[in-house]
Formats: sequence, structure tokens, C-alpha cells
Amino acid sequence: MFRIFKSMLVGIPISITFCDSIGYVARVDGTSMQPVFNPDRNHQDYVFLNRWIIKGDDIGLQRGDIVSLVSPKDPGQKIIKRIVGVEGDVVSTLDYKSNVVKVPQGHIWVEGDHVGHSMDSNMFGPVSMGLVTAKASSIIWPPSRWQYLKSEVPVHRLNAIITS
Amino acid sequence: MVVNSNFTGVLKKFSGTLWYLVKFGCVTHCVMEYFGDFVFCTGPSMEPTIYTNNVVISDQMSVWMKRIDKGDIVIAKLPHDRNQLICKRVTGLPGDRVWAGYSYQKVPRGHVWLEGDNKKNSTDSREYGPIPQGLLRGKVICRIWPLNDLKIFS
Repeated sequence: MFRIFKSMLVGIPISITFCDSIGYVARVDGTSMQPVFNPDRNHQDYVFLNRWIIKGDDIGLQRGDIVSLVSPKDPGQKIIKRIVGVEGDVVSTLDYKSNVVKVPQGHIWVEGDHVGHSMDSNMFGPVSMGLVTAKASSIIWPPSRWQYLKSEVPVHRLNAIITS
Repeated sequence: MVVNSNFTGVLKKFSGTLWYLVKFGCVTHCVMEYFGDFVFCTGPSMEPTIYTNNVVISDQMSVWMKRIDKGDIVIAKLPHDRNQLICKRVTGLPGDRVWAGYSYQKVPRGHVWLEGDNKKNSTDSREYGPIPQGLLRGKVICRIWPLNDLKIFS
């Protein structure tokens, strides 16, 4: 009994630290990232969220990457979106209060691939990079969907960046 | 033979130490990330409550248990530089109307309004607007350095 307790006392911090610094697996809910995630409504995708890559001073993120972030509207909710613009970019928006937005320093412009079905920067504006928790690197479940996630901006948003 | 057994002994000792360090590091990480840690403050923005070179204890539990109230001093990430931490007082919660330097502004959902106690010398929400609650890291509960000026903030 004492041994089980002792191994838990060590095992829990080690696993938490592992998840915090290397990465963890999460389920994707909702349709905002269709068709990349959850293409049909019967299956939900599980993705590996890489936390290692966002550590350090120089964040290793670029346009087209899929990231998970804490929702600016609700700190208890995590959302998964694609980076469309990085700091300094002038982005042409879809249905935002202004037609063009310059992404401020330390911020990013994120959008869901499923236009019109996504709560993203077109609703709450550019988000601080401090809210980004991880980069989604691959779909690992179900096995038929196994793939690395490519870093590419969807076709309909290719000309979203006016100047960079 | 002798050399060999000696080598495995060293290896055993080395891996034992390494395992101990890993355990220690992981426990420290968890405590600092989810319970509390020490923060070294610099800058004049929180005078006269906290002076430069003071060390305070920040309590991370209040953030994930969502017990941040108006009047609390908090540690947060700077919105435009995620590697820098700031220490300010919460002066507005979502829905509050706050004075933003030249006009009133409503604090949006999921955000807080932060201001330094030293109003004349503080870069805070009056300059960069309300900050998302996701950027909060901890609530300052007491000052432990300098030792002759221990203080609990309530």
C-alpha cells in the first residue's frame, strides 16, 4: 500500500511534467477545422499537441501551422485554429469590424478552416501569442486518419495577407 | 573483471543520481506551475505596494480555480511579449466600466483590466487594453523579501 502511494507520488509529477514540456494527446471537438479535423461527424480525431516547439524565446511558429490556444473569451476553454497571419502582417478579414487588420507585435491572427462555422480572430481579433499552448503536429487516432499535419494556409485564404 | 564491476558500480550510482534529479525537477516544475512560486519584481509601477527588487510569492491555484477578484495583485504575461511577466492590480472584471485614460471602456468577457498602483509611472491596461484571463499566471499573496518588510496582501 505504501509502495503504491510512493510510486504515485513520483509518477504523477513526472507524467504532468512530461505532458507540459513534450506534448500530449487531445480530442478535437466541433466542426470549425473541417475538413482537416473531424471530416465526418461520426468520428472524432485525436491529435498530438507538441508543446516542446513553443518553448523558448523564439517561438517556432509560422503561417499555416495549427495551434491550440486558450480562448480569449473564456479562459477555461481551449480552441484549435490555424495561424493565418503573424505579427506585422496586414490581414484582410472576413466579417470582422474592420476590413483590414494589422497584427500587433506578439500577436497572431488565427482562423478555423471551416469559414463561417468557427469562432476565431474574425470574431475576437488578433490573439496574444501568450495564449498559444501547443502546436498540433499529427492526427494519431483513428488509425485510418493517421497523418502529419501540413503547415499550409487553406486555398481560400491564400491571399489573406496584404502586406507582411 | 575488477575494472568491469567497478564500472557498473559507477554507472549504477550515476543513473541513481540522474533519476533523483529527474524526480526533483518534475516535482519542482509541478509546484511552480500549479501551486506557487517566487517572483522577483523590478520596476516602479506597483509603488508604494511593491518596490523594485522585492520578492513575492505568487499563488497559481487561484488562477486555475478562477478566484481572481477586483483588488487582487496578479502576475500575468505581457500581451505583446509572452516571455515577460508583469505584476499589476486587477481593477476591472468582465462587464465593468473602466476609465481608459481618455474615455470609459467596458471590459470584455474573459478579460481583466490591470493597472499599476503607481498610476503616473505604469504601463498597463490603459495603454494596451484589457488582457485575456488566459495570460494570468498567479495571484500575489505575500512579500518575503526584504525580510524586515514582510507583508501579506489581502
